[in-house]
Amino acid sequence: MSFAPHTEQDIRSMLATIGVEQVEDLFKDIPEDIRLTHPLNVPEALDELSVRRHMLELSKKNLSLDNLVCFLGAGIYDHFSPSVVDAMVSRGEFLTAYTPYQPELSQGMLQALYEYQSLICGLTGMDMSNASMYDGSTAMAEAALTAIAATGRHTVLVSSLVHPNYRHVMRTYLNSAGYNLLEVSSSSGVTDLDEIENQLNQDCACFIVQSPNFLGQLEYTQQATELAHKKGALMIVVVDPISLALLKPPGEYAVDFVVGEGQSLGISMSLGGPLLGIFACKMEHQRRFPGRIVGVAQDNNGRLGYTMTLRTREQDIRREKATSNICTNESLLAVAAAVYMTAMGKHGLRQVAESCVQKSHYAAERLSELPGVKLPLKGRYFKEFVIRLPEYIPPQRLNEILIHDGILGGYDLGRSYLEWKGCMLLCVTEKRSKTDIDNLVASVKMALENER
Amino acid sequence: MKEKTVFELSVAGRKGVTLSDCDVPSKPLEDLLGEENLRDSLPMPELSEMDTVRHFTALSRNNYSIDNGFYPLGSCTMKYNPKMNEAIAKMPGFAGLHPLQFEETIQGALELIEHLERILTEIAGMYACSVQPAAGAHGELLGLMMIHAYHKSRGDDQREWVLIPDSAHGTNPASAARCGFKVKSVPTNSEGLTDVQALKRMLNDTVAAFMLTNPNTTGLFEKDICTICDVVHQSGGLVYCDGANMNALLGIARPGDMGFDVMHFNLHKTFSTPHGGGGPGCGAVAVTKKLEPFLPTPRIERARDQYRLNYDRPQSIGRIHSFYGAFLVAVRAYAYIRNLGADGLRQVAEMAVLNANYIRSKMKDAYEIPHDRFCMHEVVLSASHQKKTCGVRALDISKRLMDYGYHPPTNYFPLIIPEALMIEPTETENKETLDAFCDAMLSIAKEADENPDILISAPHNTDIGRLNETVALKQLNVNWLTHHKEKKDA
Repeated sequence: MSFAPHTEQDIRSMLATIGVEQVEDLFKDIPEDIRLTHPLNVPEALDELSVRRHMLELSKKNLSLDNLVCFLGAGIYDHFSPSVVDAMVSRGEFLTAYTPYQPELSQGMLQALYEYQSLICGLTGMDMSNASMYDGSTAMAEAALTAIAATGRHTVLVSSLVHPNYRHVMRTYLNSAGYNLLEVSSSSGVTDLDEIENQLNQDCACFIVQSPNFLGQLEYTQQATELAHKKGALMIVVVDPISLALLKPPGEYAVDFVVGEGQSLGISMSLGGPLLGIFACKMEHQRRFPGRIVGVAQDNNGRLGYTMTLRTREQDIRREKATSNICTNESLLAVAAAVYMTAMGKHGLRQVAESCVQKSHYAAERLSELPGVKLPLKGRYFKEFVIRLPEYIPPQRLNEILIHDGILGGYDLGRSYLEWKGCMLLCVTEKRSKTDIDNLVASVKMALENER
Repeated sequence: MKEKTVFELSVAGRKGVTLSDCDVPSKPLEDLLGEENLRDSLPMPELSEMDTVRHFTALSRNNYSIDNGFYPLGSCTMKYNPKMNEAIAKMPGFAGLHPLQFEETIQGALELIEHLERILTEIAGMYACSVQPAAGAHGELLGLMMIHAYHKSRGDDQREWVLIPDSAHGTNPASAARCGFKVKSVPTNSEGLTDVQALKRMLNDTVAAFMLTNPNTTGLFEKDICTICDVVHQSGGLVYCDGANMNALLGIARPGDMGFDVMHFNLHKTFSTPHGGGGPGCGAVAVTKKLEPFLPTPRIERARDQYRLNYDRPQSIGRIHSFYGAFLVAVRAYAYIRNLGADGLRQVAEMAVLNANYIRSKMKDAYEIPHDRFCMHEVVLSASHQKKTCGVRALDISKRLMDYGYHPPTNYFPLIIPEALMIEPTETENKETLDAFCDAMLSIAKEADENPDILISAPHNTDIGRLNETVALKQLNVNWLTHHKEKKDA
């Protein structure tokens, strides 16, 4: 089964038109000695029903949100996605289109992307947004490379409280291109402003901070931005888009680039992919930023329409002089995010964000009442917070116990930070009910008692 | 613009999706987040749920797709995207997984990725594979990072050049530059193939790699591929295969057997995963044994009966994605391959090549075909004759095709063929569709002779005509909110 529709009669008649005897004759440019003489060694073909059975079996070897109540975040979040999101992006007209190179035939996708860009600008307060990047980590790496190109400086300064995987991806990108990476280490829950000032030097192209940071804490982003700009460095902020329904948008304090993971905007967790990289910037970076962007243009009769614009930055036109190599992006997920933001609307987005704040604070308070459980951080937080567990029960062990109660526990911070060994990062989204939280607290309490 | 934007449809006070009230005791937000951290206003639209559905449904209806009709966009492999794969990707046991769950709780997912990587390795004729790259260009970047790391590991630090044919996809040189390499262009000969003599002259110990698409972008198989790989290897360089055109080779021949060291697949082309108007994709990369240590972390491995994520890979170039790549794209591609099996995969290549050559035969009297040999899965025509005799260009022909109800082919690519029209029918189109498309192309060729104006002013049957992008640039409008605020302020 290859979905090829030809009958034997079709094939015969087509071969006759071409003027060859058999299909093999068309492959005569391929030297004999590299032509496969045996079938590929891949599993045997299965009909649709059997494929679906096989895939269902595979899927059932996983524990999913069907079986688990999720308190795990750390970059991927279990937010509610209304049914309209999937219904809209499952429409074949969006799903099975290519990049909109021919605007006359692609106005629908182009408008949806234009709306996505505008909605992201509304959330972040930035002037312009591209039409998406691969994910939060590559969006951040591309922003750093854009800052390097814009400033001619060769060092990137990043807070150690930016997501560990994002820093890892950026290190990979910078290594191969021969640029330097410096980290501002922070012993408290937020990046130390004095340390930023100390480490910023004349070779720093940019400073990168995440707020809320990997520990869930709000950073002093505005002050950090002033420090960076004073040293001639550009400022990059990594955001959680849901938090921006309540928090002051970075655009209000002259940040140069806002990047982040858009998965929270109505997209399933899906083992972390595909994701949605958010990339927004100030207008002054319009000749340098990476990726596609949709704008409004006019036809010869004065009619307005949407088209990909600022194309002279792009790889298919500028080749090695392009501002990035981005071609395929995450358009469909950008449309999903646009549908999500529209369907939730101003009121719904605020409600989601406020629920995250209230529920995470309720959970933190209840957990901290348990004997031996501490809240080591005193700063403000949005939906994620850190608890320190008694020494006799490491986070890994607690999570093993919680899984048996059908609970997906928090992130073991010792995996990424030596100084936070014994601590767990928990996330509470609007999807968690009071009962869910009370059950978590009861399970942790039981575990503490049993393991003691 | 037929449809208003979500901002214009917005009515203050209107609500969309309903959420239940927060059921935990609430505290003032100012106390929890700090008054100084709260925003004043949120410029988000306010629509009812049904208005949201009507709006995006209207947009979708104003968008061409494979589900709508023939989409012969060369180099993009716009084949049918089986609906089965969509149903499978929505299974909760795939869509509802957190990437940081215990390995023991995601064994099915890891097994799927490991199996897919093994299958792709077999199709490539390589040693190992990673599905971490999120796109073809991301795969190129990864491949080049590994090439960089490989030479460095051997103390071969002076290799700063990447050679790329003048016919290559723009991503190739852009990826090389992104990775810190310098780029030199290798000429194509009169047969439409790599000029091997010129390549030989350019090779020396400063060349890190030669990047080649095979079949190449003129739709032809590089018949001297084994010699090409040999001469690059003799100079100490590696050979990268851009696998954008793998639809022509499935089960027929393998890049690894040709001598390539590293390649990427586009799962969203060759393995039928939907392109979603620009993404998501997956640019899985396959490598030979000598590059395997450099693959990105984590690697998914099988140890006894357990699958695990291995981060302990000292020579790895590191991570290139937040987690493990586009998992749901991998799920779809795996389902597709399991559905087809070895015979189905080979049939893909055979029928894709048959369809392209069928179109080629029917076009050859009306359009110039630069190279007189059978093509592989796509055929590149040139409208130079039409340009010379009636002032009609490839773009005009493309736009006129819209009036006939077709998505145009890729035009002006590859750059080495003047007025190029690159047609890739794929294996999933039937003979009637191909015949009707060819009739349209022949009719347009006739129109070019008799009434060129109808082409030059095309399209006529779409909601908008050709857009003037220079106007777009002078008054950049990429954000409804600021654009309309500025307009109001003015």
